[in-house]
Amino acid sequence: MATIRLAINQKSYAVDVDPQTSLLTVLREHLDLTGSKYGCGEGQCGACTVLIDGKAQRSCVTRLGSVGQKQITTIEGLAQGDQLHAVQRAFLDVGALQCGYCTSGMIMSAVALLKKNPSPSEGEIVDFMHGNICRCGTYPRIVSAIQNAAKNGSTTASAKGGSR
Amino acid sequence: MNPKSGVEIPIEPERYELRAAAPYRFDLDRREFFKFLGAGLVVVSVLKTAVVAQESGGNRQRRGESLPKDIDAWLHIGENGKITVYTGKVEVGQNIRTSLSQAVSEELHVPVERIEMVMGDTQLTPFDMGTFGSRTTPTMNLQLRKVASAARDVLIGLAAKQWNTNPQELIAIDGKVKEHAGERSIEYAALVKGQQLTQALPAEDPLIPAAEWKVAGRPAAKVDGIDFVTGRHLYPSDQKLPGMLYGKVVRPSAFEATLVSVDTQKAEQMGVTVVRDGNFVGVAALNSQLASSAAAAIHAEWKAEPQPSNKDLFDYLRKNVMDGKDVTGDGDRFDTGSVDEAMKSADHRLQQTYTVQYIAHVPLEPRAAVAKWDGDRLTVWTGTQRPFGVRGQLAEAFHIPEENVRVLMPDMGSGYGGKHTGETAIEAARLARAAKRPVKVVWTREEEFTWAYFRPAGVIDVSSGVQKDGTITAWEFHNYNSGSAGIRPYYEIANQRIVFHAVKTPLRQGSYRALASTANHFARESHMDELAHAVKMDPLEFRLKNLKNERLRAVFEAAAKQFGWGKSKSAGRGYGMGGGYEKLGNIATFAEVHLDGKSGEVRVVRVVSAFECGAIVNPDGLRNQIEGSNVQGLGGALFEAIEFSNGKILNGRLSQYRVPRFSDLPVIETVLLDRKDIPSVGAGECPMIGLAPAIANAIFDAMGTRLRALPLVPNGLKSS
Repeated sequence: MATIRLAINQKSYAVDVDPQTSLLTVLREHLDLTGSKYGCGEGQCGACTVLIDGKAQRSCVTRLGSVGQKQITTIEGLAQGDQLHAVQRAFLDVGALQCGYCTSGMIMSAVALLKKNPSPSEGEIVDFMHGNICRCGTYPRIVSAIQNAAKNGSTTASAKGGSR
Repeated sequence: MNPKSGVEIPIEPERYELRAAAPYRFDLDRREFFKFLGAGLVVVSVLKTAVVAQESGGNRQRRGESLPKDIDAWLHIGENGKITVYTGKVEVGQNIRTSLSQAVSEELHVPVERIEMVMGDTQLTPFDMGTFGSRTTPTMNLQLRKVASAARDVLIGLAAKQWNTNPQELIAIDGKVKEHAGERSIEYAALVKGQQLTQALPAEDPLIPAAEWKVAGRPAAKVDGIDFVTGRHLYPSDQKLPGMLYGKVVRPSAFEATLVSVDTQKAEQMGVTVVRDGNFVGVAALNSQLASSAAAAIHAEWKAEPQPSNKDLFDYLRKNVMDGKDVTGDGDRFDTGSVDEAMKSADHRLQQTYTVQYIAHVPLEPRAAVAKWDGDRLTVWTGTQRPFGVRGQLAEAFHIPEENVRVLMPDMGSGYGGKHTGETAIEAARLARAAKRPVKVVWTREEEFTWAYFRPAGVIDVSSGVQKDGTITAWEFHNYNSGSAGIRPYYEIANQRIVFHAVKTPLRQGSYRALASTANHFARESHMDELAHAVKMDPLEFRLKNLKNERLRAVFEAAAKQFGWGKSKSAGRGYGMGGGYEKLGNIATFAEVHLDGKSGEVRVVRVVSAFECGAIVNPDGLRNQIEGSNVQGLGGALFEAIEFSNGKILNGRLSQYRVPRFSDLPVIETVLLDRKDIPSVGAGECPMIGLAPAIANAIFDAMGTRLRALPLVPNGLKSS
């Protein structure tokens, strides 16, 4: 065990865990940041997606030891106080969720996409989001939500770091 | 204790669950009721049979006596104006927390935001058999409308009394009672202040006709949507209690395996709680990593019998029929006319076999539970569509009375019929009892794929006879194992023999969204297409010729119009349709596929569904359900299949079991037929049933190949 320092949602954390532990386990179990979800444990479903230096990463297959001092943003860090991120707002407006279990991962992936490409075509959205599964089948609405967010500008993004 | 030896909840509602009597006995007296809820007004909805039994003043306001039994929902208006609705139904993504709130809002004339729904808590809500079978909208929605409407009348009555006026001169609006003509108005909160009023639901209460709905019938955003987009909502797997441990169960080597020997010494030295009880072996540890390592350090030997595999599946199903041991009694066999005679005299005869594989629900949130003991009282938070059923399983497993068990169901990460049982609840409770601390068990994706249950596989034999003019005269239909939901044709056929054959199943199987209806509609609607070609008729014309049901005709016609049925098509394109009737809803789905001649890839490029489920409560939620059904249905239609061999699942990971993704998405168009003159019914299941046959028929149209097995094109999207 070693003390590992983490920068999450612009706050500093220290955790005493094996560096081999997955980032998802640390977020959920040690830091009570349960907005990131477990879906498959092998980076196949995207429910655990977080931003690491602005890039969408699957936290279930990210070892804690590999994160270092990079800036991590989780779904909990996206809104600024009561001000929702444009992507969050768009998911609500479009009703792009049913059970909502995939929603945080979808939103984080979408935020990463819009950072890289502020006005993606439908094809670019589909390509980028391919790794996120919604078992309830709300894909058409998620595409619309991302298009809406792009139109309305996702400038309230709070995630720091470079682009993907 | 062996969790397998506990009571097994029947997990196929169409065949078993709905026959179960409601064991609920409500024994709070009125005073306790208000102690728990606070003063105000309570309106309870009593099951119909109970209303009759309670006629001695049952429809009056009650003071002093105990409350009626067999309540299925209640509503409380507190002195602070807070409105709380209690129902045993649960929210699994089908959005009933919102649609039920809309119904109450409509009748009670309060904004949706002022209503709190307490759902699926076995201590706080009345008994409910479970949330499945598309029953919430036709039953609970209506009950809550009546409850809210009765509450409104009581409030108007209170105001009338206070003002010494005629109730007919008063109206309820925006949380207040007002005079029609005059100036006076009073808040609901003020009306119930200091009161302890209860009212059992009057049997006949005029409801607002659907045509006059203002709240219901319109799109409504998910009531607590903001918690979901911010990650604040706590799903069952997010629950955490002080001092909680993490549990991990050691799994058998194969289905039905028994434990021969186990060495737990290493694990015990790791500072964890180890439990061995019959076939159950598990650990509880301070964190989930330690629990996993300790479970891995346990060496267990299992003994398993040889079991069938996919390659033998359909032979196996035919050979293992349990005919004569029919457990359901009815609904499994239907005869009319003389099929054999009609078959002989038909101009064309056709006999074909259709098959469906086992598929998995793959709810994105796997099963999860947190269990906590206080002496011999057990509290469990878990994701299930049947909190009261899981309570029964826990009571049985631990030999404690049901009153000692409380099950709470936080809105969960979906079920699709796959979470009727309480495996994780029992596992967490067993470990918690040993550890003397709360324990959480969350299944891995592999566990969810292996130790949950599957949508049944099936073989369906169809024989039919048709006249040259397109009249179907004979219809014989045998379903082996997949189930009897949707087994009877809605086409007008004079001579029919329909049989469901129960089978000794090779895998644990149970409910699934639309369950057997998907298989039965796939067989029937594919066969209809084959018959249409046999008599050289247009498939739509052929269906309509044999179809009298006006509601079903209407959806076929509406979908055909939107789709542009009959339009010309370029090479490699194919059009097909499928539709039917299930859970009182009517669906017709048309699909367009594109076949790439070079690569052999088949793509579903456009899907048009027309759906009618009576008066529409929440059009936006409804569209979401229909679109979702079509997206989810793509998987079972095109590529989902569980591979198994000798008691093991071979493709139990998301990297091995393909589910629909963004890139599989066709253009989806939905036509809603709103029948305000017909009571609302559910929509979570029916919309799924038309898709698979529509795609199969479109593939035939494109390439002349008839595919009779689901999934249709399992090897990627290559033609098989």
